[in-house]
Amino acid sequence: MSKIPVQFTLNGTEKAVFVDPGANLLDVLRRGVGDLSPKYGCAQGTCGSCAMLIDGELRLGCLTLAEAVSGARIETTGGLQTGEEPHPLQTAFMEGFAAQCGYCTPGMIMAAKALLDRNPNPSRDDVIEAISGNICRCTGYQPIVDAILTAADRMRGRIA
Amino acid sequence: MTLTVETYGTLAEANAARRGDSRYLAGGTLVMRDLNYAVPGLSRVLRVSNPPRAIRQQGERLSMDAGVTMADVIESREAAFLAPVARSVGGPAVRNMATVGGNLFAAHPYGDFTAALLALDGEVQFVDGRTQPMEAFLAERDRAPLVASITMRMPRTGEFRFRKVARVKPKGVSVMSIAAWLPGAPMRVSQVRIAFGAMGPTPLRARAAEQVLEGKVLDASGIERALSVATQGLAPVDDALASAWYRNEVAPVHLRRLLLDEEPEP
Ligand SMILES: Cc1cc2nc3c(=O)[nH]c(=O)nc-3n(C[C@H](O)[C@H](O)[C@H](O)COP(=O)(O)OP(=O)(O)OC[C@H]3O[C@@H](n4cnc5c(N)ncnc54)[C@H](O)[C@@H]3O)c2cc1C
Repeated sequence: MSKIPVQFTLNGTEKAVFVDPGANLLDVLRRGVGDLSPKYGCAQGTCGSCAMLIDGELRLGCLTLAEAVSGARIETTGGLQTGEEPHPLQTAFMEGFAAQCGYCTPGMIMAAKALLDRNPNPSRDDVIEAISGNICRCTGYQPIVDAILTAADRMRGRIA
Repeated sequence: MTLTVETYGTLAEANAARRGDSRYLAGGTLVMRDLNYAVPGLSRVLRVSNPPRAIRQQGERLSMDAGVTMADVIESREAAFLAPVARSVGGPAVRNMATVGGNLFAAHPYGDFTAALLALDGEVQFVDGRTQPMEAFLAERDRAPLVASITMRMPRTGEFRFRKVARVKPKGVSVMSIAAWLPGAPMRVSQVRIAFGAMGPTPLRARAAEQVLEGKVLDASGIERALSVATQGLAPVDDALASAWYRNEVAPVHLRRLLLDEEPEP
């Protein structure tokens, strides 16, 4: 089985890897590149724990053919902080106890980032819709929705 | 088993390379699942590097390339009447990936978008240039060549309605979906087309209900007979979401709400 060369940027850094035919991007990021921030949940698109941005669009790593992302720009929670400073979404999640076991958190945060990148002033319903593809079995979702709204407020304040 | 992935420049080239053992990969939301779970028999995957993704108005019809995603539909002005349908498919990440072409082949309980295309007199255009009405296509889709595009009627305002019945909101999988093209609504309707998703192996038309609605006004008495024959011709199955019995029991209730244009339950 011959491997296929793939190049992409991951959180701003160029990466080049060889992938197996049919391998999914989540596997390649975790095992091939060492970015453990996107999580492996169901491997069928249902849980959302591997959600990431590919060329600015929210997608599921487990359902993305790795060799199809050649030349793409990939963003995961692994690259969200600036230096030592966490992203406002990460801070709001920590402060608002929006993470309990933490397994869904990277996917939740990337789904939230996809929303805030397009809509900096979302309603509560917008937030619920934005994370509707992400399952959390601990929090009951309310702290997550609150944290995303808090982060949005703070990010708007920062820009203003 | 060794797996190969072959990438082609055009759909026609990919189609020419197809054999019994190969599977075309579009958005991948279903094919990648099968790859991840190493479904037996899946040994050749064919893909196209940049499949076309245009939406075009052609007189009274709208044409969509098979590679159009649910997110493309939601953003398109011409396809605004289909935005509620596209929005009912999966969550935001799935909608960025899931294509219209893939939805045509999605097995039960999926195929909500296809139910809408069936109601809107959809027609499938294959890469070899042949066309086929949606209903005939669905009956034999296992043998179909690759699909290049789909066309459908553009309904006038208020003539197209869609409901998805799910237990989880937002983003539940269909207990059923109902799409209806109701020329003349809310007054006297004619040439109605009603399609149910998740009420059979593929989306199916409720022909008996369509026929008795001819010339009727969409009020409680006008739709009464249609409700009594709503499930004729449908073939629901038991699954984890609902039994066939339950689906048959509630189908007329949901059809009534759609035909009377009642607000969907929150
Ligand atoms: C979490 C989750 C939620 C979902 N929710 C819904 C839902 O609510 N409603 C719903 O309808 N579906 C749902 N789906 C199923 C699926 O995402 C959609 O049906 C989608 O439209 C499939 O398109 P795709 O491009 O991803 O298909 P792919 O996985 O790429 O392909 C699916 C099948 O279609 C064939 N195919 C694709 N394009 C063509 C073509 N041009 N010509 C010939 N054959 C083709 C493929 O060979 C394959 O057999 C969901 C999936 C997931 C993972």
